Amino acid sequence: MDLKEKLVSSFMAFENQVDVDSYVHGIRTEAIKTFETTGFPTKKEEAWKYTSLNKILKQDYSVFPKQENSIEYRDVKKYLIHDIDTYKIIFIDGKYSSHLSETTHDGIDVCLMSAALSKPKYRLVIENYFNKAATNDSLSSLNTAFSSEGAFIHIPKNKLVEKPIQIVHFSTGNESALMLQPRNLIVVDENSHVQIIERHQSLTENSVLTNSVTEVFANKRAIIDYYKIQNDNQKASLIDNTFIKQKQESHASVHTFTFGGNLTRNNLNFYQHGERIDSTLKGVTIIGDKQHVDHNTLVHHIEPNCESHQDYKGIFDDNATGVFNGKVVVEKEAQKTNAFQANNNILVSDKSSINTKPQLEIFADDVKCSHGCTIGQLDEDALFYMKTRGIPEKEAKALLMYAFANNVLESVKIPEIKARITKLIATKLGVNIGFNL
Amino acid sequence: MSKYTEDDLREELKTKEYEYGFYTDIASDTFPVGLNEDVVIAISKRKEEPEWMTEWRLEAFKAWKEMVEPEWANVHYKKPDFQAISYYSAPNSKPKYDSLDEVDPELLASFKKLGISIDEQKKLANVAMDVVVDSVSVATTFKKTLAEKGIIFMSISEAIKKHPELVKKYIGTVVPQKDNFYAALNSAVFSDGSFCYIPKGVRCPMELSTYFRINQAGTGQFERTLVIADEGSYVSYLEGCTAPSRDENQLHAAVVELIALDNSEIKYSTVQNWYPGNAEGKGGVYNFVTKRGLCETNAKISWTQVETGSAVTWKYPSCVLKGDNSIGEFYSIAVTNNYQQADTGTKMIHLGKNTKSTIISKGISAGKSQNSYRGLVQINPRADNARNFSQCDSLLMGNECGAHTFPYIEAKNKSAQIEHEATTSKIGEDQIFYCNQRGIDTEKAIALIVNGFSKDVLNKLPMEFAVEAQKLLEISLEGSVG
Repeated sequence: MDLKEKLVSSFMAFENQVDVDSYVHGIRTEAIKTFETTGFPTKKEEAWKYTSLNKILKQDYSVFPKQENSIEYRDVKKYLIHDIDTYKIIFIDGKYSSHLSETTHDGIDVCLMSAALSKPKYRLVIENYFNKAATNDSLSSLNTAFSSEGAFIHIPKNKLVEKPIQIVHFSTGNESALMLQPRNLIVVDENSHVQIIERHQSLTENSVLTNSVTEVFANKRAIIDYYKIQNDNQKASLIDNTFIKQKQESHASVHTFTFGGNLTRNNLNFYQHGERIDSTLKGVTIIGDKQHVDHNTLVHHIEPNCESHQDYKGIFDDNATGVFNGKVVVEKEAQKTNAFQANNNILVSDKSSINTKPQLEIFADDVKCSHGCTIGQLDEDALFYMKTRGIPEKEAKALLMYAFANNVLESVKIPEIKARITKLIATKLGVNIGFNL
Repeated sequence: MSKYTEDDLREELKTKEYEYGFYTDIASDTFPVGLNEDVVIAISKRKEEPEWMTEWRLEAFKAWKEMVEPEWANVHYKKPDFQAISYYSAPNSKPKYDSLDEVDPELLASFKKLGISIDEQKKLANVAMDVVVDSVSVATTFKKTLAEKGIIFMSISEAIKKHPELVKKYIGTVVPQKDNFYAALNSAVFSDGSFCYIPKGVRCPMELSTYFRINQAGTGQFERTLVIADEGSYVSYLEGCTAPSRDENQLHAAVVELIALDNSEIKYSTVQNWYPGNAEGKGGVYNFVTKRGLCETNAKISWTQVETGSAVTWKYPSCVLKGDNSIGEFYSIAVTNNYQQADTGTKMIHLGKNTKSTIISKGISAGKSQNSYRGLVQINPRADNARNFSQCDSLLMGNECGAHTFPYIEAKNKSAQIEHEATTSKIGEDQIFYCNQRGIDTEKAIALIVNGFSKDVLNKLPMEFAVEAQKLLEISLEGSVG
């Protein structure tokens, strides 16, 4: 039985566990129908031209976590941003882990999707926002069909959330290969500000496939900083579908740092519903081995006077493949749009490859849109210069690569994250230098 | 000074009729509509082709029957009914002329109307013309001068008869019969086209030029061009098209193959001005063209195109950089107006070491038109030190048109250096203000800016052609561009 059939047939079993009369369940039944007709995407689809899911779909995943597994804080401390105080929503094999987490209902709601779906006081928020940003492509639909757990964050008007919020998914995969489908909903009301850090981490040698959907709503003048840290092991694959719907004058930024994982696909979509919106999409990808990273971004400019900035850097070693598929759509009404997109890549080894496709689709005339894309090598002269000054080749190369990726790091607003990423870059490049000299 | 704004320009663009839309009444010998094996055989027979050619066409036809029309392009149109097209049309009386006096005076008059005086070109521009009215070539000039150098420049049907060994060796090597839907169709039914062979070490002393015209209502034109530059040779080839006004859609599915052997250079320039349809988007030519060149060691192929016509354009002149140190270039201006749609660009396939490619694409969209750039730069694992530079700029006039960019970049070699940049903008008010301030009226200012925008590409055209290209830009954006 292939994975699609398995998922479709297990939907009935899933129905036994959830409230089938709820508002959300209607959406779920629609979604499973969509998934049943579309199935998993294949390379024949333009958006999946360079990324094949075949290999990872062959595994025999267990689609429901069977038992609760617990892990000790000291074992996973290194995966958390632990040097600052944060709210934490932590899941182990898709189940909420209360002893590792730190949630709150004090003025703001930082809690669980399962709670939000069942408690009447969240009904309005759920009905107004749930599945209102996600598209009905096959993978998002699949997630919608099985949506039951994840992070639920609701920040009411005029709140500045003092601590960043960490959303971390651990998988122990104690029994077998595991498929996880977390569903996050983040609603930030007028004038509020929140910082979110998301991470998926596998602690096992068994295969893990995560198909995650995150919906983010930025209402008027809201500010959202979202950081995704992707440094999973060789057996873990991640399909991250993030949909961000922005209202006027809101600012949203997503930084994606990809250093590991077997196959990582980021579908990052921004929709601008309002004027004077600012969207930022940035990413650093440094991978090797047989890793495959695919950044698929969409910025949809619907109304006038908005901006978007995209900057993705990639360094590819060994047999790694990188894909960047960035799309900027500017609608007829979206005059005075400024949209920038840059994708720069370095191929380190002979067997690495990169496929990039920065697209512009523009229907308005009074706009400034540009994109740039480069593939190149490290500057030989700069390397030589450093070597003549006694810096070993490896370190010299690492310094140049760090400098290459640094633009993206500059806009990271939490210093601890910047430090953590810098350290990860150093580890990834195999050097022991601090960079922030 | 009367204020001339972009709105006025738009208004003018809307109402501007196709100037070159006239129809020459030459008695034609046209096949009944429809396509089947018998039609393919009949075309081949009519052209007195040898058996291998008939076989080759049939093979292509068999492949075509199995293929489906591609749909991936960013264009929307009513698909042509391939059984409702007549696949062969030739001017009736077709003796071979030695001098222009013998040519049908009506035809000469039609050329005059187009501003292509053969006499003038002969004398002043030193251009040899292989004039193609509908599908059969009726006049070839300067043949003698070329013959002295050993250059073969003739219609492809003549070449099939006179130089079968060359045609047989090279036809279909760059664009195979089964390459794509339209290439297969062309391979099966091509009526005529040009053939050009430059012998070893010869530098062709003049620009070779062909004018294509679709003339007969309801006849698709299937041109086949084959240019071979032998080792160390050089040729510059010009191709230009205009077509009369028609209400039903006409199909044009040409195939152009360029073969540049070691150390040779081919420069291929196109000015395309098929009938774009009227202001409501009715009629117009479908232009589905497959153009591809193959570069051997140290060879260079340069494509330059000015695309102003056709209702739907679907065209990707490509270079296969097979030999080491070979160079591919692509310079393009695509202008769309009213309901025109253009999906055009290039493919640069880097196979050899130290190969270089340059892509400069300028798109100008006005009215309700859609203009897309679609390009592929592919660096294969063995292509060490490959270098590519791409630049795609779009200029939008009015808020009902669209500009799209779909660049595909695939690098499989670490020593590759690739740069791609694209911009989209409109004519800045400050730019116009600056010109106005200096006494240049808005109309001229827009002309100036559009010209400046296109200059990178216009500069690449041969002298004689640049004038015509300017003229065609004028027609497309008339009243404002000079």
